Amino acid sequence: MKRIKDWPFHVMILPSLLFLIVFSYVPMLGVVISFQDFKPWLGFTGSQWIGWDNFKTLFERQDSAQVIWNTFIIAGLKIVFNLVVPFIFALMLNEVRKAYISRSIQTLVYLPHFLSWVILGGILVDILSTDGGLINRFIMGLFNIDPIPFLSTGSWFRFTVVVSEVWKEFGYGTIVFIAALANINPSLYEAAEVDGASRWKQTLYITIPSLLPMAVVVGTLSLGNILNAGFDQIFNLYNPLVYEKGDIIDTFVYRTAILEGKFGLATAVGLFKSVVSMVLIVISYRLAYKLANYRIF
Amino acid sequence: MYHKTLPYRIFNVANTIFLVLIALCCVLPVWHVLAVSFSEKAAADGNLVSLWPVNFTTIAYEKTLNNPVFLGSIWVSVKRTVLGTLLTLALACLAAYPLSKETHAFKARNIYAWLFVFTMIFNGGLVPFYVVIQKLQLVDTFWVLVLPGAVNVWLTILLLNFFRGVPKELEEAALIDGAGHFKTLFTIYLPVSLPALATLGLFSIVFHWNSWFDGLLYLNNKTDYPLATFLQTVIVQRDMSSMSFNPVELALLSQKTVRASQIFLGALPVIIIYPFLQKYFVKGLVLGSVKE
Repeated sequence: MKRIKDWPFHVMILPSLLFLIVFSYVPMLGVVISFQDFKPWLGFTGSQWIGWDNFKTLFERQDSAQVIWNTFIIAGLKIVFNLVVPFIFALMLNEVRKAYISRSIQTLVYLPHFLSWVILGGILVDILSTDGGLINRFIMGLFNIDPIPFLSTGSWFRFTVVVSEVWKEFGYGTIVFIAALANINPSLYEAAEVDGASRWKQTLYITIPSLLPMAVVVGTLSLGNILNAGFDQIFNLYNPLVYEKGDIIDTFVYRTAILEGKFGLATAVGLFKSVVSMVLIVISYRLAYKLANYRIF
Repeated sequence: MYHKTLPYRIFNVANTIFLVLIALCCVLPVWHVLAVSFSEKAAADGNLVSLWPVNFTTIAYEKTLNNPVFLGSIWVSVKRTVLGTLLTLALACLAAYPLSKETHAFKARNIYAWLFVFTMIFNGGLVPFYVVIQKLQLVDTFWVLVLPGAVNVWLTILLLNFFRGVPKELEEAALIDGAGHFKTLFTIYLPVSLPALATLGLFSIVFHWNSWFDGLLYLNNKTDYPLATFLQTVIVQRDMSSMSFNPVELALLSQKTVRASQIFLGALPVIIIYPFLQKYFVKGLVLGSVKE
């Protein structure tokens, strides 16, 4: 095929590239702030250079080190349950015989994914309240115990954050598994049937092994997210009472920069997060490629 | 297809019921808020409302809908969603086409592809981004809601993968007829991609409609806020300063019911369009699957 000139390609990419340069690449240069005692009125050139001091503070200060730990725990739990729950739910949904019931269930469980955490935050703060919130009313009536401080104690807060996130996302997470389930060859089941295998044995030896590759890909790719514990959610659910166990890197950066004005430290924390995330994402994509031949582009 | 043994049938019934209950749990919180929003002040404040309004009244909605700041924020959201989505789609189409070519057809393709992807892997963080926005004098303007998010690399990659699936014969036919790259893009690839573009448009619309953080960070006047940011200040920060309550209203309205009505109205657009467009959202996930 005759190759015609390339220049239209460059012209087409140019607008997007310009936006990326201005809004993604130029800010990357700003990480220099993390090595400075940055004051906005002094700018980059006027602020004092303090080398690695911000990073030392990051690891020495009690609250900033704790924040990194919180992020790992919360994000780790989310990654695990965001994989396990949709996997199991897809298996269970697969057993529902009537298509209209299955489709209705799917429609309902996808919904929370599309609601924003502003909306859900407002709803959760209300129904999880210790002072007459719907959930606590229900629990108190059923088990006759004191109201549970879902959003005001550190440990319960982590529980609430993970459970509500899984509640929000599990439906959408089942989509890839449902698609994979539809691709399983029916003759495998027929052969097992002939051999006298029960439904449970069929699930164990046919369904689950067929889904595992997809689960591995999804799990591996989510490794890159180990430091994204969910700013949107935590910002809209947290309060000073739960900072110790619930504060994550992104909310800490926000408060440190916007509310405390410590721009150097905030940028240092953000840079730390970006670098570690980048390493993890690269590792996870290489793993996904090795394990399942998965490429993004 | 397999033995319908009795244990299995029992399991089937129990399983189906269990799944239906879980599905209902996904809707329950929103339903509860709806009930609270239509309830009277005393019942809501007294925590008597569960799944049905107590003493049905529409006064909370009247208050919310008559708030000019609330209405104004809807208009801001509509503007940013329409402009932002059109811009994102236009940029994505233009960029995805060259990026979908193999290196033998477009030598610089891999370099550009890495330049795009790298922005998804690494970023400078909140502070440098804010400084850039400030230097560009975008703070307190409407365009700060549209321009920074104009390029959506993830959507571009989805579209790129879709373009790769377009049969080569179509492109070759166009080239033989003497069409240049621009013409091929507009006359061949775009018409074929309309379903994909619709799906991407939907993703972009949901993204823009639900975006609240940029408004909070870069805008200082409540009247400039998009709906999502306004809701954030009222629902989460509980800042009711944009509304004034006269004594009559104070007697009849509860902060709880007003907040509940705001929450429900904020969720309503998504709830309405969602059932009709559900299949597009689901398809969108598999749109970007790479063909091995």
